[in-house]
Amino acid sequence: MNTTAPVRLLHWRSRVYSIFGLLLLLAAVMALATTIGSVRIPFMTTSGILVSRLPFIDITPTWAPTMETIILDIRLPRVILAGLVGAALAVAGATYQGLFRNPLADPYLIGVAQGAALGAVIGFLLPSQWHNIGFGIIPLLAFFGALASTAIVYSLARVGKTLPVTTLILAGVALGALLASIVSYLIISSGEQIHGILFWLMGSFSLSQWSEAWTVLPYVLLGAIIIVLYARPLNLMQLDEEQAQQLGINVERLKLILLAAATLITAAAVSFVGIIGFVGIIIPHAVRLLWGADHRFLLPLSVLTGAIFLILADLVARTALAPTEIPIGVITAICGAPFFLYLLRRRKRVLF
Amino acid sequence: MIKIELNDVCLGYGRKTVLEGLTFTVSPGEMVGLIGPNGCGKSTIVRALSHIIVPLSGQVCIDGRAITSIPRRDLARLVGVVPQMPLLPSAFTAFEIVLMGRNPHLGLFQYEGPKELAIAWQAMERTDTRHLASRRVSELSGGEIQSLLIARVLAQETKAILLDEPTANLDIGRQVEVLDLIKNLCRENGLTVLAALHDLNLAAQYCDRLLLLHNGRIHAEGTPADVIKPKHIADVYGAENCVYTHPVSGLPCVLLNAGNGRAPQPGDVLKKK
Repeated sequence: MNTTAPVRLLHWRSRVYSIFGLLLLLAAVMALATTIGSVRIPFMTTSGILVSRLPFIDITPTWAPTMETIILDIRLPRVILAGLVGAALAVAGATYQGLFRNPLADPYLIGVAQGAALGAVIGFLLPSQWHNIGFGIIPLLAFFGALASTAIVYSLARVGKTLPVTTLILAGVALGALLASIVSYLIISSGEQIHGILFWLMGSFSLSQWSEAWTVLPYVLLGAIIIVLYARPLNLMQLDEEQAQQLGINVERLKLILLAAATLITAAAVSFVGIIGFVGIIIPHAVRLLWGADHRFLLPLSVLTGAIFLILADLVARTALAPTEIPIGVITAICGAPFFLYLLRRRKRVLF
Repeated sequence: MIKIELNDVCLGYGRKTVLEGLTFTVSPGEMVGLIGPNGCGKSTIVRALSHIIVPLSGQVCIDGRAITSIPRRDLARLVGVVPQMPLLPSAFTAFEIVLMGRNPHLGLFQYEGPKELAIAWQAMERTDTRHLASRRVSELSGGEIQSLLIARVLAQETKAILLDEPTANLDIGRQVEVLDLIKNLCRENGLTVLAALHDLNLAAQYCDRLLLLHNGRIHAEGTPADVIKPKHIADVYGAENCVYTHPVSGLPCVLLNAGNGRAPQPGDVLKKK
């Protein structure tokens, strides 16, 4: 029997190649999504405009300045925001599923979505003179609503120095139901704002601007980096907590760090674009089916797959019934569910 | 080489006391067995010695330091645990599970390098589990998982090993293999070994000293010959007249017969078949 350790048994190489492959695919999808729209711009022109903006590359423009404006100021921020939100929701979903050892966990499980929704609805109902603070009162209130509700859930679930996962989920579901009922009541009594509120709740990228993409970016970047760094401890958390501790993991500290990071990026993601469902639960599972359960690959692959998926979903949302926009949440479910069910049937392997 | 010391320790959950007045030491190179009936607190001691629970009173010392003052990662480099009937994530492969044993030796932001892979692979050779390496945990039998956990604790390279019913799911051939392996490590590398064992015969054959737990206390303590005596076995387990002398090792052994059978006669000798 050979004595060298079999690296091939871990399938690391193929998964590293997959990460590079998905990076290329992400670039291609971004170029595609900026090309397609109400104004026809050839793919080569779009690519030329995008590449000309990269550092150290000098291309003489052969395109009209209006095209550059459409690509760079209207479509690109939207594509980037969609990518950031997709990445955020997917990696947060993977984190919650891993941390809770529960395949049904998604980024909204412990009250983030309902908190954000309540904050946003209150924002909609405030008198109009409030709406001119910075980039708007609605994202601000949604963000703090999300953080506040998670903080409440966290403090309710805490028992002494420990945070039992089951208690956390139950507290999240209970507080979520309470907040959702308040949101429902506010919607009913919201009068003429009802359309805007419902559209926000289903999620939309229609108002995306550079300022929003730049605001979301640092949260997603920081959160995702923290989460990916904790991939190996997260693998050990898939054992029971007792074994994880016996293998040297400070379980309670790990839970706190990962919950904080995942909640922060989820809150940042939903505050501008609303509650986009399905991405956070399905993308991690699809990645797990295709590439396995090792979080060192699951997390970065989820980031990339989530970004690609949501950019494509938003592309469909704004072009399928143009000029009418379909809420993005509708698209994620319509496109994502059949694909996921196909994966589920094709690879009948253990998911978790 | 580390010593495990308990000084008047009281263990329990919440307000319920499971064990009290525990005072004993396990020295390097010594294999100590914990025996006693179901629910006597064998697993509770293992959990206390790996800082999963904190004693209600008294002090647990590892290597002369209070266990509560040792950071988890440092403790996991000193004390390794083979748990009883653990939950393993079914989507991981056997090799990935064994590799998890290297965790306490890696910094937070480090990946397993060739050294880690080699150590884990060697641990799988010693436990005869290499052929399982690429199998998913969900496909393995109870005995194979048990062997895998032994491999994991070997990969962990700790100075003390706590085993909670390490032979519970193994056939008799594997039981002897696993305990031989542990015993050798204990002898040759000076490992400190504490094993909770259900099987009194295995406990008597392999352990240097035994602790018999009963009614929340240490009922008897000493060499196998001191502990596995007809009176103790009858007091603790209610099984009468079942202690014999092993014909080869000369150590005590326990043979049961239906309805507690007849009393052994002076002329009774075990016949070797």
